Amino acid sequence: MSDDETEVQDAGFDEWLDAAEADAAYALECPDGHGSLPPRRVCPDCGATDLEETSLPDAGEIETFTVTHVPTPAFEEDAPYATAIARFGPVRLTGQVVGVDLEDVETGLEVELEITVSETTGERVLGFGPV
Amino acid sequence: MRDVRVAGAGLTAFGHVPERTSRDLFAEASIAAFEDSGVPREDVEALLYGNFMGELSEHQGHHGPLMAEAAGVQAPATRYESACASSGTAVRDAVMRIRNGEADVVLVGGAERMTNLGTAGATEALAIAADDLWEVRAGMTFPGAYALMAQAYFSEYGGGHEDLAHVAVKNHENALSNEKAQYQSAIEVDDVLEAPPVSEPLGLYDSCPISDGAAAVVLVSDEYAAERDLDAPVSISGTGQGGDRMALHDREFLARSPAAREAGEEAYADAGIDADDVDVAEVHDCFTIAEVLAIEALDVAPIGEGISAARDGRTTADGDTPVNLSGGLKAKGHPVGATGASQIAELSALLAGDHPNSEFVADATTGVAHNAGGTVASATVHVLEVDR
Repeated sequence: MSDDETEVQDAGFDEWLDAAEADAAYALECPDGHGSLPPRRVCPDCGATDLEETSLPDAGEIETFTVTHVPTPAFEEDAPYATAIARFGPVRLTGQVVGVDLEDVETGLEVELEITVSETTGERVLGFGPV
Repeated sequence: MRDVRVAGAGLTAFGHVPERTSRDLFAEASIAAFEDSGVPREDVEALLYGNFMGELSEHQGHHGPLMAEAAGVQAPATRYESACASSGTAVRDAVMRIRNGEADVVLVGGAERMTNLGTAGATEALAIAADDLWEVRAGMTFPGAYALMAQAYFSEYGGGHEDLAHVAVKNHENALSNEKAQYQSAIEVDDVLEAPPVSEPLGLYDSCPISDGAAAVVLVSDEYAAERDLDAPVSISGTGQGGDRMALHDREFLARSPAAREAGEEAYADAGIDADDVDVAEVHDCFTIAEVLAIEALDVAPIGEGISAARDGRTTADGDTPVNLSGGLKAKGHPVGATGASQIAELSALLAGDHPNSEFVADATTGVAHNAGGTVASATVHVLEVDR
C-alpha cells in the first residue's frame, strides 16, 4: 500500500471529526428542521436537498449505554469500555464514554464531545466526556 | 392470486464445523429439501439464496450460480444480502414470483460459514451490518447495539436481566429435542445471570452462538402441488417487509422495532389474519432482548409486556403462544444467511406435525416467522397456515 492510499480520508466524516476536535461539531439541518449526520446530500426524513450545517450544543445527554467486554479487533486493547447513545440537539450520536469510571456511566449523564483515540489502533474515536 | 406452498425443506445441523464450506453446507440442505419435497431438480425455475459475510469468511462473492451448481439446479440464481435477514428477503421474493405467475417452483435458502473466523473475526464481520462511520468506528459491536436497546428498554418499560434470562432458558429447553440445534442442553436462570458479560447487561447466554449451517426450502404454486399430488399442507399466506434507519441512534425509538411492526402488519393484512390468530411464532432472537422486541412488534405481547412473557409462561411450549419452539437462534444457532429460511423450515414442520415439538401446537393453524437484519433496519415477516 502506498503512502497516498493510507492517507485517504472519508469525505464528510473526517472533516466532521476535525471540526469536533476544534469544538465546532455540527449537524445537518433541512428547512423543516430535521437533523442528520454527514456525509449526506438528502434529508433522510423528507428528501429535502438544501441542507445546512448547524452547530451542536456544547452538552448532550446519555439516553442509553452499555459496557462492552467482547470488542471487535479494532478495540481489543480498549475493552472493557462504555458505549453510549447521547442526544445533542437535533441529532443523537454513538460514542465511547471516556474520563469517567465505567460503573458511574448512567442514563441522563450530561456529556460533551471528546474526540479520543483507540488504544488498539490509534485511530480517532468519537467520544463523550462528562461535563 | 396463486397460493404458495412449502413442498419440502432441508437443514444441516447448525453448529461448529469450521472446515466446511458454504457450498458443501448448502448442497446437504438442498439434497434434504428435494428428498422431502418429491420435486425433481429440473422443475426448479430459480434459486434465491441468502448469504451475508461470504466475502469475509470465504473470500467468495457471487454465490448465486455457485450454489445452483452445488444444489444441482440448472436455473438462474441470485444472492440476497440483507444482513441477518438475507434469506427472509429471499423467501419473500420467492413467494412473490410464484404468486405473480413467473414461476411454479423456486428453491430458496441460504448458508453461512462463520466459525472459521473465530470470535473476534465473526464479531468484526457481523459489525459491518451497522453504520461503519458512526457506529462501528465508535466501538459498537452487535451485542453492544442490542445491549443499548436492552438498557433503553429497561429504562422505558422496566424489567431486567433476570426477565431476559427466562427467554434464554425457554429457548434452550425447546431445543432439547431438536437434533439440528447447536445447543441441546438445558440451562438455568442463574447460568445466564452468572455467564461472562459480552456487552452489559447482555452476557454469553443472552447471545446466540456463532454458527455454520444451511437451509433450503422448495416452494411451489398451489396448481403445481395439486397436479403432482404433493404432500404440502402448509402454505405461505402472508409476506411483509419493513425498513428503518441504518444507525440505531437515528431511530425514533431505541426500545422498539418499527421495521418489524411494519413487516408484521403487512404480512397479517396480506394473509387476512389478526395477531390474535397467531398460534405459534418463530422470531429472530439473536439476543434475548431481540425476542422481547420482536413479540411486541408482532403484537404477540403488548408494548412493555414482552419482557415478562417467557417468565410468566405465555411464550413457553405450553403457553398461549409458544415462541421459538425450534430453540430459536439462541439455542438452534444462527448461521446468519440461513436463518430466515430455516425459520420457514422449522415453522412448516411444526404446523405439519413433523417436528419433535409439534405436540405443543397440535391444533395450531397459523404461525408467523420473523427475520431481522442489523439492529432491525431490515425485517421480514411471513405467515404460514396449515390445512386441517
